[in-house]
Amino acid sequence: MNQNLYQYILGIADNSLILGQRMGALTGHGPSLETDIACTNISLDLFGQVRSYYQYAAKIAGDKRTEDDIAMLRPEREYVNVLLVEQPDTDFAYTMARQFLFDIYHFLFLTELQKSKDLTLSAIANKSIKEVSYHQRFSSDWIKRLGDGTEESHKRMQTAIDDLWRYTDELFHQTEADKAMVAEGIGVDVTTLKDTYYEKVAEVLEASTLEVPESKYFQKGGKQGVHTEHMGYILAELQYMQRAYPNMEW
Amino acid sequence: MTTIEQNIDEKLVPILEKVSDPEIPVLSIMDMGVVRTAIIEKGVVKVQITPTYSGCPAMDVIGDDIKSALKVAGYESEIELILAPAWTTDWITPRGRKALEDYGIAAPLGEEADKDVLLRGKRLVKCPQCGSTNTKMISQFGSTACKAQFQCSDCQEPFDYFKCLK
Repeated sequence: MNQNLYQYILGIADNSLILGQRMGALTGHGPSLETDIACTNISLDLFGQVRSYYQYAAKIAGDKRTEDDIAMLRPEREYVNVLLVEQPDTDFAYTMARQFLFDIYHFLFLTELQKSKDLTLSAIANKSIKEVSYHQRFSSDWIKRLGDGTEESHKRMQTAIDDLWRYTDELFHQTEADKAMVAEGIGVDVTTLKDTYYEKVAEVLEASTLEVPESKYFQKGGKQGVHTEHMGYILAELQYMQRAYPNMEW
Repeated sequence: MTTIEQNIDEKLVPILEKVSDPEIPVLSIMDMGVVRTAIIEKGVVKVQITPTYSGCPAMDVIGDDIKSALKVAGYESEIELILAPAWTTDWITPRGRKALEDYGIAAPLGEEADKDVLLRGKRLVKCPQCGSTNTKMISQFGSTACKAQFQCSDCQEPFDYFKCLK
């Protein structure tokens, strides 16, 4: 099997899986009915995309592994999502800041992935980007509403942005699988997205009367499978049913 | 309007027209434009369908429903989900749009008009109850992945708007 391609697909899919799990956990806990529905819709889109990626990964693995095995049965160190998406819902400002900081990246990434020489990946990207444009719109709106809202909402949104900022740089780190796939015209060179990303983020933050953090202290590790302490709890919930009742289906 | 490349055996059309979206029962899958291929090969019907939204749970049900509708008509079938080219709301037929309106769901506007409505708060979506365009968006996300929530400011009725997807 093409180990690099397999690993590359997981690198894309795990981000959406973990963020989807975070957003899905808000079902019934959103601050208002409409926001609750929005968060779970976003989660549903992400899970849908993830399914296409894992189905493809399972095909490449070419052994007995299924999409569900790949999604549900790996140990923590084998998940290669960025640290940003696993950060907790400290308050609604954190939820939206996390979403926004990922959405801007996600949109830029999928724009490029549509040009991939791998026809399955370009098709998934082409399908997903339509959904992600809605996500980006939704999270950007909330950055503005809270940032340019009351004194309290402004303060909380600024705190969330400042706190999550340290996880943004990792989005642009290349793994070995990344480099191999870029060389083959399949993968996206994430390093080239960085400047546009920070420009776009700054644009929204400024329109929201928020300050762009100046900190250059960044955290990394997720792409190598070294996660923050939150990851274990997410996986415990995500994997419980499959571990307790192997092969169960709804 | 984008034209759809379809390859559907005439004989199968009446069977497929009876299969509908489980969440929007008035809309047949043919009018929704999700069926790309339906051909008979060596006695087996090969069907290709394209998902509307990636996570739409209706797709699995639609696949099963097609299988059983064909079975009743005496055909074995194989269903394949294909991603490219991606489905767009342009593929909903005029008859499908009318069915949506009659059912109380405002049909998708064109891409620019859709942006005007969802981003710039313009009032272009027609209330399926009273026909007024004095309507406002309540939420970009609605009861299913494909819809947004609206309310009519004249008759006060809330309703779903089928979002434009391109």
